[in-house]
Amino acid sequence: MTDNNATTLSADHFAWRHLGPRPGDIDSMLGTLGYDSLDALVDAAVPEEIRLERPLDLPAGVSELEVLRALRTIADKNEVYRSYIGMGYADTVVPPVIQRNVLENPGWYTAYTPYQAEISQGRLEALLNYQTMVADLTGFDIANASLLDEGTAAAEAMAMCLAISRSKEPPVFLVDAGCHPQTAAVVETRAEARGIEVRVGEPDEFSYGPGVIGVLLQYPASDGQVRDYRQVIERAQEAGALVTVAADLLSLALLTPPAELGADMAVGNTQRFGVPLGYGGPHAAYFATKDAHRRHVPGRIIGVTQDSKGRPALRMAVQTREQHIRREKATSNICTAQVLLAVMAGMYAVYHGPDGIKRIAERVHRYTAALAEALRGLGYELVHEAFFDTLAVAMDETKAAKVHAAARKRRINLRELAADRVGLTLDEATTLDELATLVEVFALGKKTQASVEDLAAHVASAIPAGLERTSPILAHQCFNRYHSETEMMRYLKRLENRDLALNSAMIPLGSCTMKLNAAVEMAAVSWPEFNGLHPFVPREQAAGYTDLFGQLEQWLAEITGFAAISLQPNAGAQGEFAGLMVIRAYHRARGEQHRDVCLIPKSAHGTNPASAVMAGMKVVVVKTDEQGNVEMDDLRRQADAHRDKLAALMITYPSTHGVFESTIREICGIVHESGGQVYMDGANMNALVGISRPADIGADVLHLNLHKTFCIPHGGGGPGMGPIGVAEHLVPHLPDHPVVPLDVPQSCGTISAAPFGSPSILPISWAYIALMGAAGLTEATKVAILNANYVARRLKGQFELLYAGRDGLIAHECILDTRPFKQSAGIDVSDIATRLMDYGFHAPTVSFPVPGTLMVEPTESESKEELDRFVDAMAAIRGEIRDVEEGRADPEDNVLHNAPHTLEDVAADEWNHPYPRELAAFPSSQTREHKVWPAVGRADAAYGDRNLVCTCPPIEEYEPAGAV
Amino acid sequence: MSDIPENLHYTEEHEYVKPVDDATVTVGITDYAQGELGDVVYVDLPEVGSKFAPMDVFGTIEAVKAVSELFSPVAGEVVEINQAIEGDPGIVNRDPYGEGWMIKLQLEGANALSSLMSPADYAQHIGE
Repeated sequence: MTDNNATTLSADHFAWRHLGPRPGDIDSMLGTLGYDSLDALVDAAVPEEIRLERPLDLPAGVSELEVLRALRTIADKNEVYRSYIGMGYADTVVPPVIQRNVLENPGWYTAYTPYQAEISQGRLEALLNYQTMVADLTGFDIANASLLDEGTAAAEAMAMCLAISRSKEPPVFLVDAGCHPQTAAVVETRAEARGIEVRVGEPDEFSYGPGVIGVLLQYPASDGQVRDYRQVIERAQEAGALVTVAADLLSLALLTPPAELGADMAVGNTQRFGVPLGYGGPHAAYFATKDAHRRHVPGRIIGVTQDSKGRPALRMAVQTREQHIRREKATSNICTAQVLLAVMAGMYAVYHGPDGIKRIAERVHRYTAALAEALRGLGYELVHEAFFDTLAVAMDETKAAKVHAAARKRRINLRELAADRVGLTLDEATTLDELATLVEVFALGKKTQASVEDLAAHVASAIPAGLERTSPILAHQCFNRYHSETEMMRYLKRLENRDLALNSAMIPLGSCTMKLNAAVEMAAVSWPEFNGLHPFVPREQAAGYTDLFGQLEQWLAEITGFAAISLQPNAGAQGEFAGLMVIRAYHRARGEQHRDVCLIPKSAHGTNPASAVMAGMKVVVVKTDEQGNVEMDDLRRQADAHRDKLAALMITYPSTHGVFESTIREICGIVHESGGQVYMDGANMNALVGISRPADIGADVLHLNLHKTFCIPHGGGGPGMGPIGVAEHLVPHLPDHPVVPLDVPQSCGTISAAPFGSPSILPISWAYIALMGAAGLTEATKVAILNANYVARRLKGQFELLYAGRDGLIAHECILDTRPFKQSAGIDVSDIATRLMDYGFHAPTVSFPVPGTLMVEPTESESKEELDRFVDAMAAIRGEIRDVEEGRADPEDNVLHNAPHTLEDVAADEWNHPYPRELAAFPSSQTREHKVWPAVGRADAAYGDRNLVCTCPPIEEYEPAGAV
Repeated sequence: MSDIPENLHYTEEHEYVKPVDDATVTVGITDYAQGELGDVVYVDLPEVGSKFAPMDVFGTIEAVKAVSELFSPVAGEVVEINQAIEGDPGIVNRDPYGEGWMIKLQLEGANALSSLMSPADYAQHIGE
């Protein structure tokens, strides 16, 4: 590298691979901007008063080889015991064809949430399969495209009960004592903040006073019992309550599904459908309900619609339910979900089909029944005679201790249900040999009689008559045609080819930070030492994870300036909720529970107001000025007006408009003076790492999107991780966990089902920081700022840039004003977004934070060549708009209105447009070499929302459109 | 330019009031409002018999990427709702002042309409 770009990074540093622009490019880009070094640019762009004046105190970056060796050392400290702990997590066999072609394939894991439907038809179809699978197995009409975990899914169901209920009484939610303890804890935390009283009890003894909005049942119960809930459900509904059943998805292949029992909703984990345990995650939770409640369903729903030519097309449906539109009136704050894991679970059902899924469920059940028989033969008493895969075995305390000790000796974990009760859950991976070992464990040296093999061959079902499933499952063709590995592999490839992911082109989505997810960072995700641990194993078996968490927390604390980090929140929105709950607990601990006003700038991400409402706060909107900055006078006025009730301010920094607000310290000061706490949304942390620290600026809490700044891939809409950092005075209020106590004295409660969120993806962020080191991370931030400013400068003549800070510079993203073209050419922002697909690009963020505009965030990983290609495409599109403006192109029948053009369209015998096919198909020379063809024409969102279909359509609709 | 019929009364929130007789009116959203929302996909209407004070929320309207509350321009009791909207929400876009009406209100109190905007005022309000 040359001297004048002020970098010390060399070619053997990983940063050299992570960063897009080559050293010479950096010089020429700086030249375009008129700065002679990266530091000079950053000095000009970033206000001096927020700068960190020293290097981050982090280890120097290591090589790819070294990072893998270091991770191997950590991994070896984790002990992979065979866990039969259950509680919503069961071992599974990940079909290798899915592991290799989905989990380990950048074509799937680097995609974004499918907002641009026409270049996302592959994962939209995969998600529709997933929804169909969930709807089929639960018996309901409609399922969403995943939630974060079973605990939060149950809490979402409760929020939905509250939204639907018309009762004026103080709300009460009844929870089955047989629920998994982590589910009950998450529900209680969420309920308390919303003023809902939770009563835990035996379902048969529930009393339905006024105000009971809903009931949560576990099916089968956490200790394995299978009960017929029909009467409970009937009684609850007669009293006006809605009933949610948290159901094990595999058991539903054999059991009467929740909908047929009469329930209103079902939730649960889909992990055991081919997704590794991962020490707690990531996994997709499902949510299903009746069609009548469809407008209240939380999270994303994939729906069927038609494209501009009447062909079937998929896209995200009824988005008006969601936080990005409904803000503080949304019933849920969920944004990032668990798409990659939902895709895997859905594909597991596609691969195994109805017979395969039934066979697996039957085997698991038969083995469990055989084990029950063997245990009875040993003189044990089973607490429940009706079960699916889980047994509760009664014995005196001394014997229970001996059984657990015998199990440990064989590297087996059983569940400590109670001092005198041992629990165990079998799973798909259980073999007859393992069954024999389990019998030996319980035999405690006694000679065993019958062989498990014989027992398994002849044992009777333990599913009660009347609860056996009679309705068919997975009847749709997609579950019945890809059962050979060759067919499956090709199906996955076919879907992958319909989608634009980072392995095809840049995805310049503002506020989403679609940077490189390096292969080396991904490697450890597949290691059994990381992904084979049950979340509730004894802590000493997860010593490697403890080291990894400790180091990662320490590094993130140094990067942000905070005293402590909680890894529990599973996504950014979840981090917001957790952070606000910490603030709430802090005010309460000081006797200031009346502090419940949350100030939020108008330009905030929609999750902010939705999270504030979930945390029991009242949202007060603060105005932003023409530059997109917080209007200081209005902030002072609002802070003053709510002085006695101010709980918090939520602010994004750099702002959602991509600008370093120079007043940020003053903003924090005003809030503190009025007794409030500052919550900083870390969505834009990619512009800060190494050059400024939120805690130093004045923030009290911050969430980090590890799936943005710290390289966890977006997975097509999840997994994410949203850990929070907090200042010293808030440390006593961090999240805790009922099963794995975290030693927090005045905790805000339980945020996620698993104590450390989604651990198996944390090695990705760990590896990124270890590889980059302090210098590399800081360099990445500077290059992110350089890339954004370079794109902004090059586009400046073509498009109006909406906001800028000092010296006309921006932070790491910029907003292009495309609104004037509506008037001048009848072109709106979606015409431009879809036309970009013809050029082989994914559109920037559409209509956020300013409706009708595009927000571009290139990240540091994009090369100058790719940035130039994108800028050239945008400039060419500007030219096409000018052709319409100046009458050279038809005002209606033009390339923009008709975009995107499919291969089928441009190859059709008939071509009636006034522009050539070539302009439609290959608008730039690069597109001749490679582009992802849009699989469908413009998806008609209104048609789909007016005619909602959220499960796989009958197969004939996929037949060639011929006559259409 | 959006259509602003002369014989109607308007609110700042873009509802219109159309007198049916001395005691009843129909309420809907203006042509300008439907244009701003885009394709309407769902309208949540109140039950017949509901009573509203001026500027109470009587329902919500959803387009593909927007949702908006509907405000009762005047005090009154709902005597009829437009059932046709449920099956075909697009009529709000196609014919906001005719087939796309939303609720029929029995007025409460005299001079209820005097506080509403005139067509000219409304035109100015939306900058046309």
